[in-house]
Amino acid sequence: MSGTFVGMPAFPTAARAALGDTQLRRNLAHATHTIRDKRARVVAEVEDWEELRIAGAAVKEAALRDLATHLETLEASLVRAGATVHWARDAEEACAIVASVTRAHGADEVVKVKSMATQEIGLNEALEAEGIAAWETDLAELIVQLGEDLPSHILVPAIHRNRAEIREIFRRRMGAVGRPAPEALTDEPAVLAGAAREHLREKFLRARVAVSGANFAVADTGTLVVVESEGNGRMCLTLPEVLISVVGIEKVVATWDELDPLLRLLPRSSTGERMNPYTSTWSGLTPGDGPQEVHVVLLDNGRTRALADEVGRQALRCIRCSACLNVCPVYERVGGHAYGSVYPGPIGAILNPLLNGVSDEQTASLPYASSLCGACFEVCPVRIDIPSVLVDQRAAVIDSHRGDRVPKQEALAMKAAAWTFADARRLRWAERASGLAGRVLGRFSRTTLPGGRTAAGRLPGPAAGWTGARDLPAPPRESFRQWWDRTDGGRDGGRQGDGS
Amino acid sequence: MKVALQVTCVNDAMFPDTGKAVVRLLRRLGVDVDFPAAQTCCGQPMVNTGYLDEAVPVVRAFVDAFAGYDAIVTPSGSCAGSARHQHAIVAERSGDPALAKAVEQTAPRTYELTEFLVDVLGVTDVGAYFPHRVTYHPTCHSLRMLGVGDRPRQLLEQVRGIQLVDLPMATECCGFGGTFALKNADTSVAMGADKARHVRDTGAEVLVAGDNSCLMHIGGMLSRQRAGVRVMHLAEVLAATEASEGDSDGPAVDARAESFEGDAR
Amino acid sequence: MSARDEILGRVRAALADVAPAVDVPTAPRVPNRGDLVALFVERVEDYRATVTRCAPGDLADVVVAALDGATTVVPPRLGIAVPGAVVDDGLSAAELDRIDAVVTRARVGIAETGTIVLDHEPDQGRRAISLVPDLHVCIVDASQVVADVPDAIALLDPARPLTWISGPSATSDIELDRVEGVHGPRTLHVVLVG
Ligand code: SF4
Repeated sequence: MSGTFVGMPAFPTAARAALGDTQLRRNLAHATHTIRDKRARVVAEVEDWEELRIAGAAVKEAALRDLATHLETLEASLVRAGATVHWARDAEEACAIVASVTRAHGADEVVKVKSMATQEIGLNEALEAEGIAAWETDLAELIVQLGEDLPSHILVPAIHRNRAEIREIFRRRMGAVGRPAPEALTDEPAVLAGAAREHLREKFLRARVAVSGANFAVADTGTLVVVESEGNGRMCLTLPEVLISVVGIEKVVATWDELDPLLRLLPRSSTGERMNPYTSTWSGLTPGDGPQEVHVVLLDNGRTRALADEVGRQALRCIRCSACLNVCPVYERVGGHAYGSVYPGPIGAILNPLLNGVSDEQTASLPYASSLCGACFEVCPVRIDIPSVLVDQRAAVIDSHRGDRVPKQEALAMKAAAWTFADARRLRWAERASGLAGRVLGRFSRTTLPGGRTAAGRLPGPAAGWTGARDLPAPPRESFRQWWDRTDGGRDGGRQGDGS
Repeated sequence: MKVALQVTCVNDAMFPDTGKAVVRLLRRLGVDVDFPAAQTCCGQPMVNTGYLDEAVPVVRAFVDAFAGYDAIVTPSGSCAGSARHQHAIVAERSGDPALAKAVEQTAPRTYELTEFLVDVLGVTDVGAYFPHRVTYHPTCHSLRMLGVGDRPRQLLEQVRGIQLVDLPMATECCGFGGTFALKNADTSVAMGADKARHVRDTGAEVLVAGDNSCLMHIGGMLSRQRAGVRVMHLAEVLAATEASEGDSDGPAVDARAESFEGDAR
Repeated sequence: MSARDEILGRVRAALADVAPAVDVPTAPRVPNRGDLVALFVERVEDYRATVTRCAPGDLADVVVAALDGATTVVPPRLGIAVPGAVVDDGLSAAELDRIDAVVTRARVGIAETGTIVLDHEPDQGRRAISLVPDLHVCIVDASQVVADVPDAIALLDPARPLTWISGPSATSDIELDRVEGVHGPRTLHVVLVG
C-alpha cells in the first residue's frame, strides 16, 4: 500500500479531531472560498465550458481505452528523442530506479518539482534511506517539508497553514537545511515568497539531479508537460544535468493536438487563472539546452487495478486540478489530513480505494466520507462522476464483508430494511409499530419542534449519532398509507390533510 | 394520464402531511392521483450505503408497484434521482433482464414534484396562499442530480402573500447525506450548523425544501438551537390556500402538530 | 517477466471488456473577440506584467529603456543590438545568476490567455537564460499573436523545448492569495512590435 499515511485512523475519527481545530477550520474556509470564487469567475468567461469539458474528458478517455498501445508509442517516441524509459510496477521499484540513477551520478541530493506521483510512492523517504536528500522546491511543499508536516491538498499541500504559521516554520527550520530566513521576516505573503526564493536559489544552482512528475505525456511526440506557477519547475527542468520524471501511466494523451482542451481546462479549474504562469514541455533531450540525460519512469502502482474497475476507471482521467477538493463541503470542514493519504478530498475518496483496494479499515472508510452532494462532479474538468464511483466503491466495501462470519450491525439492519421494503404488507406492519413508538414518545417527550410537533431530544444507543446535535421528530401516530386507507385517499375524510 | 404518487418511505412513515399535501395540490390542479398500495421505498438507503444486493428486492417492489403508470410523482428530489439514476445499476447487479426492462419503463416516468408541475402540467401558479417569510434551500439531489433548476423558485414566486428571501450560500450541501448523517455525524453536524446559521441570517420564519430528509436534519438543528424557524416541505406550501390558512391552526403549517398532538394529549 | 511486459499485460487484461474507440470531439473555439492584439495586451497586463507597444523602428530604444541600465544577457540571434549586453555562449547557472536581465524574442503570443510561448530557437536562446535573470524583456511581434491555445498548439513544434509564460512568476501557496515573484523572473516586460 502506498500514498497513505501510516497509522491514520478511519475517516470519522480523524474528521472529529480536525473539526475541533478552530485555526484549521478558519484557514480552510478562507482558502477554499477564495479559490472557488476565482475558479467560478474564469470558468464563467468561457462560453463553451461544457463542450470543453466534454472534449477534455474524451481525450483522456480515449487514451485510457487504448492505453497499452499509447504506452508503447510513448516509449518509442521517448527513446527516439534520447530519453531512457523505465517501468515500475510499484512504489518500491520506482523509488529504487530514481535512487540508482541518482547514485550513478555520485549525487547525494536532488531538487524536486512538486509531483503527486512522487509523493504517492514516498520517494523522499526512500531517497533519505539511501542517503540522498530530496529538496522540495514548490513553496507549499517546502512549507510542508520544513514543518515536518503532511500534505493536505493536491495543489496547495500547505493549505492548512496560514501566513503566521508559515513565518514561524521558516524562522525555525530554514537555517538547519540551508540559507536561513532573513532576520526581518514578516508574515506578508510576498516577503515569505521572497525568503523561499533566497533559500532555494543555492540549491537550484548546485543541484546535478532533478526529479519531476508530469501533468501530461504525449504519446506520438514523447513530450512531457509540467504545469506550474513559481518557476521552481523550470529551474529543476532546466539547470541540472540529469532529469528523472516519474509519470503515472494514466498521464498519457495520444497526440500533441489533444493537449489543447486539457491545457485550457486545467489552469482555470486549478488555480482559477486563464493560464498558469509557466508551462514547460520537453521531448527527450535537446543538445546544448537543459539536462543532457533524461529518464522517464512509467509507474503502475495500482493504476492497472483501478483501470480494471468498470465504474471506477474514469478516476484515471483525473488531471489533479483539485477543483473537487475546493468545492467539497466535507473537505472544506475537515481538511486533507483526515483522508490519511496524499490524495485527499473527493478524488482521494475514490482513488485510494481504487488503487489500493478496500481491505483496510482506513481506506474502506473513505468512500463514505461524502454526503454525495455532487458538487465535485459539477466542477470536474474531465467529468469524473465522483458520486457514482463513491457509491460503487461503497458497494465494494460491503461486498468485501459479505463472507464475514459475524456480520456488522449495519448489515443486519440493512437486510431487515430490505426485507421490510420488499413487501408493502411488512412495511404497513412496521409503520404500526413506529406509530406506537411515536405515541409513547409523544407522551413522555418534553421537546416540541417549531410548529408544534413532538420530538425526541437526546436518545441513547445508535440514535445518539443523530440526536447528539439534532432533535428528531417523533413518528406520527398514523402513517400516510394508514391515512389513505382510512379516508380513501382523503375522499371521505371531509377535509383532507387534517387526519383527526 | 395515469398518475401515481410515490410518497417515499420517509414521508410515509414520518411526514404523512407532505403526502397529503401533494394529493390535495394535484387534485386542485385536476389530476386524479393514485396511491399504489404496493409501494415501499426507492431503495436509495441501501444503494447509497453500498448494499446493492439488498436493494434488488426493493427496486423490484418499486417497479411492480408502479408498472403501467404514465407518471410517477414524488415529493423528493433524492428519491426521483434514485429511480432515474440508480435503479438501472441495481437491475444490472441483479442480473435479471426482466428487472432491467421494467426499470427502463419506470425510470424515465419518475418526476420530482416541481418537474411534474412545471414540465408536465405546465403550471407555475398553483393557486397557493402562504403569507409568511420563507427561504428556500435547494437540496443537492434536486439541484445537481436531477437539475430541477429554478422550477421550485418559479412556483414559490407565484404563491400569494409569500415573502421569499434568498438563502446565502444556498447551493451548499446541508450535510444530511443519508447514512452520512450517522456514519460521519460530526462532519454532518458541522455542515448543518453552517446551513442553520445561513437560514437564521435570512430572518425567515419558514425554511422550505423539496426533501424532508434534509429538512429533518436542518430542522433538527434549528429546533435544538431554539432558533424559532420551522421547516416545511415545498408541497405543503404549494398546497396551502386562503381556506387552510384561515383555520385556527392553519393546517398547511401546523398539520403536523395536529396529527400527533391530538393523540398525545 | 520484465516490469514493462507485466504492466502492459495488466493494462490489456484490465481493458479486456472495453472497445478502444471513443470519439474525441473537437474542442470548441472561442468566438471572434475582435482586436486580438488589444486583447493580448489587456490579458498580459492582467497578470501584472508590463506591456509597451512600439513601432519597429523604435524597438531598440524601447528595449534599452526597459532595461534601465541593468546587466543583460541576450541570445545569439536576438536581431537587435543591445549595448553592453553579454551574448550567451553557454554561461553557467551561477554566471547567469549574477546578471540582472535578459532580452528574448518569442514564437507565439496567445490573446485569450495573455500567454507568450518561447521555443528557444537562437532568437530566444537556451531555457536557462530566460529563467535565471530577474527581469525578462520579451519582444513579441503583433503578427505572432493568435486567438487561443489551439492556434498556438498547431503552430508549435513539440520536438523543441517550449516554455509558456503567462505573467511573472507567481504563487498562490499562502492562503491562496496570489503574489508575484518567486523563482522565475519577477518582472516580465513584453515589448509588442507593430
Ligand atoms: S477529480 Fe476532477 S476535479 Fe478532482 S482533481 Fe481530478 S480532475 Fe480535478
